[in-house]
Amino acid sequence: MAEYQNIFNQVQVRGQPEMGMVEGVDLASRGRGARFSTLAGWFGNAQLGPIYLGTMGVVSLFSGVVWFTMVGGWYWYQAGFNPAVFLRDLFWFSLDPPSAEWGLRFPPLAEGGYFLIASFFLLVSVLSWWVRSYMRAQALGMGKHVCYAFASAIWLFLVLGLFRPILMGSWSEAVPYGIFSHLDWTNNFSLSYGNLFYNPFHALSIVFLYGSVLLFAMHGATILSVSRFGGDRELEQIADRGTASERAALFWRWTMGFNATMEGIHRWAWWFAILVTLTGGIGILLTGTVVDNWYVWAQLHGYAPLN
Amino acid sequence: MALLSFERKYRVPGGTLVGGNLFDFWVGPFYVGFFGVTTFFFAALGTILIFYGTALEGVWNPWLISIDPPAVEYGLAFAPLREGGLWQLITMCAVCSFVSWLLREVEICNKLGMGYHVPFAFGVAIFAYVTLVIIRPVLMGAWGYAFPYGIFTHLDWVSNVGYQYGNFHYNPAHMIAVTFFFTTSLALALHGALVLSAANPEKGKEMRTPEHEDTFFRDFIGYSIGTLGIHRLGLLLALNAGFWSAVCIVISGTIWFDQWVVWWDWWLQLPWWADIPGGING
Repeated sequence: MAEYQNIFNQVQVRGQPEMGMVEGVDLASRGRGARFSTLAGWFGNAQLGPIYLGTMGVVSLFSGVVWFTMVGGWYWYQAGFNPAVFLRDLFWFSLDPPSAEWGLRFPPLAEGGYFLIASFFLLVSVLSWWVRSYMRAQALGMGKHVCYAFASAIWLFLVLGLFRPILMGSWSEAVPYGIFSHLDWTNNFSLSYGNLFYNPFHALSIVFLYGSVLLFAMHGATILSVSRFGGDRELEQIADRGTASERAALFWRWTMGFNATMEGIHRWAWWFAILVTLTGGIGILLTGTVVDNWYVWAQLHGYAPLN
Repeated sequence: MALLSFERKYRVPGGTLVGGNLFDFWVGPFYVGFFGVTTFFFAALGTILIFYGTALEGVWNPWLISIDPPAVEYGLAFAPLREGGLWQLITMCAVCSFVSWLLREVEICNKLGMGYHVPFAFGVAIFAYVTLVIIRPVLMGAWGYAFPYGIFTHLDWVSNVGYQYGNFHYNPAHMIAVTFFFTTSLALALHGALVLSAANPEKGKEMRTPEHEDTFFRDFIGYSIGTLGIHRLGLLLALNAGFWSAVCIVISGTIWFDQWVVWWDWWLQLPWWADIPGGING
């Protein structure tokens, strides 16, 4: 029983930092230095950096900072330029979309125009970071799985802030930028459309969200528990199955009668995580456009009581 | 039957916690063990009781089947079978079979020379379930505060309990839990994608290495946590999602009774800025 359980790194070996594979990477855009963090090293790799900047990185960071600063500037304005009020009311401030009477037109700055401009910069930031996820993988000759996974998250983002407002004919449908205000938006969204829990795509999204957490708990725990056999060397185990993979597979086979392979578990993981936002986006897009009241819809389709 | 090509040499006796070698055998792919027997017993009994309850209710639409806990008036007492007693028995069966399953996992870990990370993680999930159906009802003084066993009735329960405390999103522990849920999902997408993208490179390229994985993530975000670290991170994020979910519900109705939005007043009432006019709350 008193065996070693892999919990944190007990030894940190420190040599020259790894400056990374070259392949097709334009080294002029990659940083020249790297640092080490002992704190990070207890948990994972100690090395910080180098990062690759490149055109897309600069565009994305710049427009992201513009969005962040615009939202923060609006809060600052709401605080009456008083730092104490800024801190006190930070979670209550909100940059709201235009009101409904503006439809899809461009309102004056203080009535939502500022929100639309900020949203444009956020859109540019997210999309250029997405292009970056493709280009960084391409330069290293890797598959584009990160890029496609990110695209699924962007799908939900676009449904919330672009596609659904356009279908509903009003920017007022977009989500406000604020801590409490976006929570209020979420709450009201469910109340306005007859309880979102009866939206089957919302249900699927939640299933995949919880399923993702379950999968990562199972997978993370499995790999850590076979790490004494080199289980964390997943790529080597995929190419040439070793005892770590065999034990990990047999653990689940003996527990629940079924097991994934070392590569297959990552396909389960990828699909579960991708389907969270894919199904979630479908559920949001249908709400108010195709279905007005999910509870009534559920009654029509036999999964909510009729009385 | 049901034996993988490499499986025979791993099927060794030993590693049991209870029962010696009495139940130390497999049925098809499943390991049995003493706790396999108890798992099966409680799971089967619980399932039969659910069907019995369904028959009593006469509702056979699988979306609408519901086994409800006793009314709050019963307090912490046993209720008649038709009035929540079934729910109480089924809950006991569930807890016993979950714990049996956990201990069976420990035995399998022993057999395979593995660490106990999986049963520990499962323990956190059991803790979250027990918090909902035992700890919180006991603290509040009635089984009626637990949730019903039904697909849509348990969603209604979540909805109703949430609105009892106003907008439940304002519950700070709920905020933390949701953040962990979303972050776990993000990390899982990135981990799955990274491994697949290295194992399935561009056409004509040889399979990539962990050095490519590190390089991609350093290029991409300036840090690569590494092949071991990502599994620690994933496990930690996932367990926190479950743990904080348990916290956010157990504090509702035991130490906090008001709307959750009111909880934030302490922040606004801090003496050094409570009286400053302006802003949203001034």
